[in-house]
Amino acid sequence: MAAGLHESTIHELQEKLRRGDVTASEITEAVFSRIEAVDGRIKSFITIMRDSAAACARRADEAIRAGKAGPLTGIPIAVKDIMCTKGVRTTCGSRILENFFPPYDATVVRKLKEGGAVIVGKTNMDEFAMGSSTETSFYGITRNPWDLGRIPGGSSGGSAAAVAAGECIASLGSDTGGSIRQPASLCGVVGMKPTYGRVSRYGLIAFASSLDQIGPFTRDAEDCAILLNAICGYDPLDSTSVPVETPDYRSFVGKDIKGWKFGVPREYLIEGIDPEVAGLMEESIGVLESLGAERVDISLPHTEYCVAVYYVIAPAEASSNLARYDGVKYGYRSPDARDLIEMYRKSRSEGFGAEVKRRIMIGTYALSSGYYDAYYKKASQVRTLIKRDFEEAFRKCDVIVTPTAPTAAFRIGEKTDDPLQMYLSDIFTISANLAGIPGISTPCGYTGKGLPVGLQLLAGHFQEGKLIQAASALERNAKFEKRRPAL
Amino acid sequence: MEYETVIGLEVHAQLLTDSKIFCGCSTKFGAAPNSHTCPICLGMPGVLPVLNRKVVEYTIKMGLATNCRINPEDVFARKNYFYPDLPKGYQISQFDRPLAEDGWVDIEIDGKKKRIGIIRIHMEEDAGKLVHDETSPFSYVDFNRTGVPLIEIVSRPDIRSPEEATSYLRRLHEILVYLEICDGNMEEGSFRCDANVSIRPGGAAEFGTRTELKNMNSFRNVQRALEYEVKRQQYVVEGGGKVAQETRLWDDAQGTTLSMRGKEEAHDYRYFPDPDLVPVAIDNAWIEEVRATLPELPMEKRERFIGEYGIPAYDAGVLTATRALAEFYEETVKLTGKPKIASNWVMGDVLRYLNEEKRDIRESPVKPSSLADMINLIERGTISGKMAKEVFEEMYRSGKGPEAIIEEKGLVQITDEDALKKTIEQVLAANPSEAEQYRSGKQKLFGFFVGQVMKATGGKANPAMVNDILKKILSGR
Repeated sequence: MAAGLHESTIHELQEKLRRGDVTASEITEAVFSRIEAVDGRIKSFITIMRDSAAACARRADEAIRAGKAGPLTGIPIAVKDIMCTKGVRTTCGSRILENFFPPYDATVVRKLKEGGAVIVGKTNMDEFAMGSSTETSFYGITRNPWDLGRIPGGSSGGSAAAVAAGECIASLGSDTGGSIRQPASLCGVVGMKPTYGRVSRYGLIAFASSLDQIGPFTRDAEDCAILLNAICGYDPLDSTSVPVETPDYRSFVGKDIKGWKFGVPREYLIEGIDPEVAGLMEESIGVLESLGAERVDISLPHTEYCVAVYYVIAPAEASSNLARYDGVKYGYRSPDARDLIEMYRKSRSEGFGAEVKRRIMIGTYALSSGYYDAYYKKASQVRTLIKRDFEEAFRKCDVIVTPTAPTAAFRIGEKTDDPLQMYLSDIFTISANLAGIPGISTPCGYTGKGLPVGLQLLAGHFQEGKLIQAASALERNAKFEKRRPAL
Repeated sequence: MEYETVIGLEVHAQLLTDSKIFCGCSTKFGAAPNSHTCPICLGMPGVLPVLNRKVVEYTIKMGLATNCRINPEDVFARKNYFYPDLPKGYQISQFDRPLAEDGWVDIEIDGKKKRIGIIRIHMEEDAGKLVHDETSPFSYVDFNRTGVPLIEIVSRPDIRSPEEATSYLRRLHEILVYLEICDGNMEEGSFRCDANVSIRPGGAAEFGTRTELKNMNSFRNVQRALEYEVKRQQYVVEGGGKVAQETRLWDDAQGTTLSMRGKEEAHDYRYFPDPDLVPVAIDNAWIEEVRATLPELPMEKRERFIGEYGIPAYDAGVLTATRALAEFYEETVKLTGKPKIASNWVMGDVLRYLNEEKRDIRESPVKPSSLADMINLIERGTISGKMAKEVFEEMYRSGKGPEAIIEEKGLVQITDEDALKKTIEQVLAANPSEAEQYRSGKQKLFGFFVGQVMKATGGKANPAMVNDILKKILSGR
């Protein structure tokens, strides 16, 4: 079956736009028709920006006619509702920001706009990005396009589902412990978390500042490279963004991987992995070997501490980052508070959901006087050891291969009452955030039930090019037939 | 019982940068509420701080000027607490890796030097201000001050009396103003101080329980508050009670300190390194670059003035109160070669006229060159010291040079010996009985004749010459 416009990739549409086969307005129209047709079932979006998108598409068509098109000109892109958009409500999935209209654009949003992209809407997410299923949003749950009874993963579930369901061509998400890679895996799309510092965090509403990173969701590795090219680079507004050179990531697409060493960390081959997931990973490694790459056994000895370290550091930072939501300046203020303390207490009690409160409490506790050394400080020290594990490992291999998530998409409500089980769905992704290294999830097949499964590739700092190269090699030599969700 | 007072001071000084510490907003005082704000200093979601390098440079300056060690890697930390004037719910400050540590300044009490240790100097951002309107059920917040750079200077508990405390404060104040990194304005809050106070029996090795005093907004109030608090603690202890560890507010109107919050209500600030800012690396080259820009500090200048110009310690103290005043003085000395006379004029008429109008030395209508010209005219005998007073007043009012004024007013001193002789003879002729009395031994009438001569010449006679000639004539040559 021929792919509709809304199911195309960025590079396919670029070509069509360049040749004049199609206009940006037609593409945008196709995408909005699709949103109309399917979003009632999936609910990828919190805010749909139909009018501004149409205007933007018209400007894109003018730019194309004037010969001033860039790589994203006229491409409909969705943005996770954690990135500030000037004049467009930005909720972070929370009631506490239900009336927040930022007077500024996040740097990535500015870059998309400057690149001529058509922003179609703000996607649903776990509240403040705290979750792995997009079930904690104040604005309702998002469903997995492959099975509407299942979750799309999270926290960037809306962005992943929107790409999978054809509600946009590509999207941006943010990843603090796997929030791009895990939903990419569960929705059968490509999702990358770049190196910490590669993409500006300015205007990204902070969950855990030392772990958060923005990255793309796309339909293939080439699109991932195109979108990464557009958003990466040093930003004087973000002191933690790194002033290093950014290569043209698209140049890595299609290059061969002969002689590369792919490390499989023995600590990741745990009991909890679904055998189907493990099988699909083995199949992918087989493909890599058939392309002249070598499988090597590696060790990441501090793996068992990753989840614990993460669940100290991330909530600790979050407890401080979320202190600004106090009802004083913007956002939700409880209508019936009589004094300052009550205003704080009620606004925050009513404005935040249960998971956010849980993490604020954990984080506050971990930073408290008398506990700081045992929790936050210790966790920071172990984090250093985890970083060293990766430095060691990358002496022995080019890229590390793991499953992205231990299972395919689980059922809605399956893990909401068991936070620990929920936290374990990020067991393979958390370490990359702690170490600051880039990771990508690329589709590697389907389970017997027809649910997509992703393979995670990790590389050293600022080696996103290697990830694009390996993912594109896998994609071009995949042993499985690519499918689309039946909607 | 004899008690020993132990005081440690925490001084907050606003730095004189044009823009705030983490954003580009202006730091100017007195603007309309919330007009100097942006998403960053308002703590809006997703915004990030970017450090103003000038703040680091100024803090290094203060560290060097107070003999501190400058740490090569400095970390910003978040100090977490809720208050409506703190938009992020945390203040970006420094905790375990401050910029400067282990310094000291010398103070002088009754001519005796004492060294006060400095534990640390760190950088942080100021908070906003609450505006309470009595007629409204709401309070308002003005975020203009939010993000204005501050340094906090923490002393060791080396201070033993309220006098030492104010002396130490004045010393810090003077250094900050000399370095031109703080305007030192206590009323506007550019220079603020909290004190930790305790007492202990004389000779005891352990510190007593301390209270923290806040809300003292002048040197005088610091002294009064400390004096009150020391007495209050003695009263508590002598009454068999125990001093409670608490924070107390100075009440200026009542002249007392009042409990604000106890130890139980003390905040747990949950400090942790701010993940939005990278550590600040300060290498030796940067330190030396800053060191090269340090001016001569007040203490050194004072000693140099005493040694180089031979002026009394008191004069040196007054003249070095600000850099501009010291420069004014030195310029005058350079053009006259008369340090003590220059000191008398600067400390006397110059400061008196300026103080009357609350004007700064930099605004003086009389510039050092004019003042020097005038002093030189006195020295040459063109005008008398008394005439100079009048000339100076006119110089101050009109901004004109001394020669022009002397000419306009015909103030030139009479130094013509024959003319003076003639006038003196006339005076003697007009007062024959006084002349007789003088000659028969009533020597103190000499002054009477001088006065008569001055009167006759409209004050223009050269007094030294009048003295000489009068003596000669009266003694019959």
